[in-house]
Amino acid sequence: MALLKSSKIISTVGLHPPLGILSIRASSWWSEVQMGPPDPILGVSEAYKRDTNPKKINLGVGAYRDDQGKPYVLSCVRKAEAQIAAKKLDKEYLAIGGLGDFTKACAKLALGDDNEVIKSGRNITVQTISGTGSLRIGANFLSRFHTEARDVYLPKPSWGNHTPIFRDAGMQLKAYTYYDPKTCGFDFQGALNDISKIPEKSVIMLHACAHNPTGVDPRPEQWKEIADLVKKRNLLVFFDMAYQGFASGDIDRDAWAVRYFIEQGHNIVLSQSFAKNMGLYGERVGGFTVVCKDAEEAKRVESQLKILIRPIYSNPPMNGARIAATILNTPDLYKEWLGEVHGMANRIITMRELLVANLKKEGSTRNWKHVIDQIGMFCFTGLKPEQVERLTKEFSIYMTKDGRISMAGVTSGNVGYLAQGIHAVTK
Amino acid sequence: IMSLFGEVPQATPVAVFKLSNDFKEDANPKKVNLGVGAYRTDEGQPWVLPVVKKVEKIIVADNSLNHEYLAILGLPEFRSSASKIALGEDSPAIQENRVGAVQCLGGTGALKMGAEFLRRWYNGNDNTKTPVYVSAPTWENHNAVFANAGFEDIRPYKYWDAEKRGLDLDGFLGDLESAPKHSIFVLHACAHNPTGTDPTHVEWMQVAEVMKRRKLFVFFDSAYQGFASGCLDKDAWAVRYFVTQGFEMFCAQSFSKNFGLYNERVGNLTIVARDSDNLKRVLSQMEKIVRVTWSNPPSQGARLVAITLNTPELFAEWWDNVKTMADRVLLMRASLQAKLQALETPGTWDHITQQIGMFSFTGLNPKQVEYMIKERSIYLMASGRINMCGLTTKNIDYVAESIHETVVNVQ
Repeated sequence: MALLKSSKIISTVGLHPPLGILSIRASSWWSEVQMGPPDPILGVSEAYKRDTNPKKINLGVGAYRDDQGKPYVLSCVRKAEAQIAAKKLDKEYLAIGGLGDFTKACAKLALGDDNEVIKSGRNITVQTISGTGSLRIGANFLSRFHTEARDVYLPKPSWGNHTPIFRDAGMQLKAYTYYDPKTCGFDFQGALNDISKIPEKSVIMLHACAHNPTGVDPRPEQWKEIADLVKKRNLLVFFDMAYQGFASGDIDRDAWAVRYFIEQGHNIVLSQSFAKNMGLYGERVGGFTVVCKDAEEAKRVESQLKILIRPIYSNPPMNGARIAATILNTPDLYKEWLGEVHGMANRIITMRELLVANLKKEGSTRNWKHVIDQIGMFCFTGLKPEQVERLTKEFSIYMTKDGRISMAGVTSGNVGYLAQGIHAVTK
Repeated sequence: IMSLFGEVPQATPVAVFKLSNDFKEDANPKKVNLGVGAYRTDEGQPWVLPVVKKVEKIIVADNSLNHEYLAILGLPEFRSSASKIALGEDSPAIQENRVGAVQCLGGTGALKMGAEFLRRWYNGNDNTKTPVYVSAPTWENHNAVFANAGFEDIRPYKYWDAEKRGLDLDGFLGDLESAPKHSIFVLHACAHNPTGTDPTHVEWMQVAEVMKRRKLFVFFDSAYQGFASGCLDKDAWAVRYFVTQGFEMFCAQSFSKNFGLYNERVGNLTIVARDSDNLKRVLSQMEKIVRVTWSNPPSQGARLVAITLNTPELFAEWWDNVKTMADRVLLMRASLQAKLQALETPGTWDHITQQIGMFSFTGLNPKQVEYMIKERSIYLMASGRINMCGLTTKNIDYVAESIHETVVNVQ
């Protein structure tokens, strides 16, 4: 369930009880607790569930589905689980920073096996509660130790949960131009303009690949210019990499921007998630990395990360990390995993192509090139809220109001109907 | 290049984990680890509960299961069955639909969620100045959990009487009487960590009376249910009594020890509210806090516990496994006390068998503890706390002799 991919924050709504009940409620500690706003994505999924139309499609889901629309447990994951079960391991607490076999492999995956950072021991990588937990630990760390600047600059738009995470950690949120609604693509000049004005030492958040929610990624030449400018502005780079392997199908290609920035001398902080690329969503597997000046600094940073983690959840869960470590550290499983990630990414790319082909077949004369140009799980269709509403009401096709669809919800079985619907509301 | 983190100081390591590290590096073949609170068999080995092994096989064999996200608040069948464990199957509060729960990352995570919620919503919208009381002494992470959640005023309430090696009831009640109204009190549901000293039923009733009268908030920490007496219901007496007294309260539950699921991080924050409407709003706000911390909790451990609790034969087997652990602890307590008595070690040692649960506050002072570690390679916390599970029939003589030697030679 993509419970968190909201791209809007809805303000809280207070409840006002009828007078007769006031006296009872007044005797509760919680009478003043307001009802929290409903989650926009959950709302989509719930409405979808209630819909009885046999042709209904759920494009809100931020989890991969196979061509039958079913959740997909990777074969390498099942194999790893069997291997682990046979080992009869104990359940003793992990270290605060997590499973060593996992954190080492996690860093290597992101930075590359031969990366100088890893060789010199100047990174500290801790196991976290998937991507959210990683971002939270990172936000807490910056809030406590990066005292020269309180501002975090997010691309406009960004994953809906970025803002509340950083805010709750005590940072302030700002934005830089990113998405161009006119082209449904990257507003490169706009981004450079905004970034050039960011005050020194501020934190800038970059999506490593498969930008969420737009699917719009900079090209390598554009990344190079961004890296240059960010260095000139002396900004602290926070990479969020939740889709390594999922974007292009190639894990090295998807990590290119991260590795380039490091090469250029940026000592970045990095969040990684294995929810999507290993299908380990509910096992909560992630990593947080700080690239430090040297090994000595890495030790100091590590000690402080532990101090941050301990009062939140003491130490991380074993199961998912053990599975991920087994896959990353066992050559055949690793190879199989690369193939499966490639397969998932390919299915998404194929669906993009099919969708555009079907739209043309329907007779649509609109430019749908962005559907193919965008990358990763999500597609920012360019549909307006009224059009989205029609799609839902008239065709039982569910997506978020911003026109974002999860390509993972598209199958060869429903792509024709989807194209029909989109054409109907946009012609 | 100036580093952004050039000024980050080296933090002191967490004591209990450093102790384990030092133990690992000790080459003395007679070394004994009485530090970390994890169960050990009589062979000194970790113990994966037989029922857990069984359920793991069930899970692995079930191809209909996948790794999809759980709901933000966790696995529903885990949350409800876990709350039943704490409050009792037939709890009137459950029947009145005013009990809810949040699946969390271990007991720590449950405390964290409860603390974060209280800071935002308990008594007005900003409880940073609301006093939080933790027992003196208490689990060393309590302070950090509440401080990190934003509470600025964390105070001790009298609890352990070092001289009589028992509960300082008068001190405890006195602190309850003098605490500012609406203060939050963290109570250990049973098997107090680190002292192993629990109030009696009558004493709990006195505590409840003051807390009700002075409108103090009840936050139970229940990490050892089953471990104290070997009986899950007996160990939940205090929590259930407070529910009958009409308190709205939190109970942070851990399944680390009683299920031996330490590293799967299985915890549950049980919420008892005045009515279902209040409960609903509380849970909606809990979701917001969960989302900015870990989004949704890990599924493996919760699944394991849910299947066990909801399958009668497995549930019975689990009770049995819990009793096995509790019984071994009781045996070690009796053994240690008997040996110290036989050695005529100076002082009284009844507290070893009177205390309850995994831990015992031996009464050894820091100098004596240092001696135990340095001279005898017996690792225990500076507070004098020992983990009874670290004792085995094979090492208990060595430990008893060492305590004897220490007490005689070091003051």
